[in-house]
Amino acid sequence: MKLDALWLRANVIKTVRDFFWERGFLEVETPLLIPANAPEEYINPIITTNSWQLQTSPEICMKRLLCGGHQKLFQISRCWRSDERGSRHLSEFTMLEWYRAGCDYHTLMGDCEELLQYVAAKCLPDSRSFVRNSTRITPFAPWERISVQEAFLRFGQTDVWECLRKGLYEEILTSVVEPALAGFSAPVILMDYPKELAALARTKPDDSELAERFELYVGGLELANGFSELNKPDEQRRRFEEANRTRNNIGQAVLPMPEPFLNTLAMMPESAGIAMGLDRLVMLTAGADTIDEIVAFTPEEL
Amino acid sequence: MYTVADLKKGLKIILDGDPYLVVAFDFVKPGKGQALYRTKMRNMINGSLLDRTYRSGESFEPASLEERSMEYLYKEGEHYTFMDQQTYEQVVMEEETLGDAKNYLLENLKVEVMLFGEKAIGISLPNFVNLRVTETEQWAKGDTSGNDSKPATVETGYVLRVPPFIEAGELIVIDTRTGEYSTRVKG
Repeated sequence: MKLDALWLRANVIKTVRDFFWERGFLEVETPLLIPANAPEEYINPIITTNSWQLQTSPEICMKRLLCGGHQKLFQISRCWRSDERGSRHLSEFTMLEWYRAGCDYHTLMGDCEELLQYVAAKCLPDSRSFVRNSTRITPFAPWERISVQEAFLRFGQTDVWECLRKGLYEEILTSVVEPALAGFSAPVILMDYPKELAALARTKPDDSELAERFELYVGGLELANGFSELNKPDEQRRRFEEANRTRNNIGQAVLPMPEPFLNTLAMMPESAGIAMGLDRLVMLTAGADTIDEIVAFTPEEL
Repeated sequence: MYTVADLKKGLKIILDGDPYLVVAFDFVKPGKGQALYRTKMRNMINGSLLDRTYRSGESFEPASLEERSMEYLYKEGEHYTFMDQQTYEQVVMEEETLGDAKNYLLENLKVEVMLFGEKAIGISLPNFVNLRVTETEQWAKGDTSGNDSKPATVETGYVLRVPPFIEAGELIVIDTRTGEYSTRVKG
């Protein structure tokens, strides 16, 4: 069984790579060991020697390449997030990220549609569809785009802002909204998040309380997170400091600032970037219930 | 103390004073959000199931449970008394706590008693026990009615199905995991 899963995994990775090469994206490799990640409230980096960190995402380095004039970039790399282990999480996992200059998040949503159709057609030529909890999801059917507020009202009969105030956001999202999304037979895009849930995203021009961030769900499984990039250094620094204040309040270590990133951010053109959990894409392609089924070894097996 | 990072299937913790066994666990973390630790737990005293979700920073008291070899002594009303043969310490358990295990308790039977602090919360029985049949209908020779079993009462009062050839006074082996007749003890 695992032998099949590893062949499928290799095929998905090769297919994803082909997709971006065919579209003229530059494949890059950036350092995995860095002095500072973007400080976020609920993401804990693994600290190594000399207080450097394993990357929690390649975004800091990828955006510096955008600042340097690159237009279309992608990377498939390992990321680490401390203490994350569940049926959909591994502390060490594989991330696909891509970035585009001169675009906003709508372009990335289009990329997602094309990418999932491409993967389904190449890796699952017979069914051309994914399976999650015995539900068949076809990327060739029209995708719904739902705002986060609309999703909370429609599926939970509750207001997202009120949930945030009461500390119920995660609970309602995972126990009400995500299960509702699992019933869709095409992928779904949740978009326009409250800005406190998008530390590196640009706010909407017509509503400063909302960020141009979206999440891609397939069969209720959260697959990717993308946004229009914030490129204002002062605003970015303020949000990182806010994240560190929250970290301090909940007893987590305050993290160092990625200064070279903040220093070059002013040179970043209007752009958009997205991170997709590649392990989860393999899970969907394999119809696997758990992430354990599609990796060579889980930490417990080591 | 345990933290949320220690949560996994099989962990035993104390909740509202009762010991609970974690029977299902998952880590859930929506993008950019706080981690949630979802558990399903079984109350080790009354068997009821409970769903609880925890967040980072919460902690739990470990439930220390001890299994001790004891011998069943006697029953008085609904109270069953067991004794540790080494220390002569006695514990009493209610019929309700014992559940089906009471069907196999014959004086001097050796069992494993699960203790939560001072309190006995359950017992493990040997997989097989020998019990004598006290009452069952006589098997009419030449009965061709096709019945391949009949009810029998054993010395603990437990009633089960046995093959037609078993007679009152015979010793039989019962599988305590299923409650079913296993074989006859010859001689």
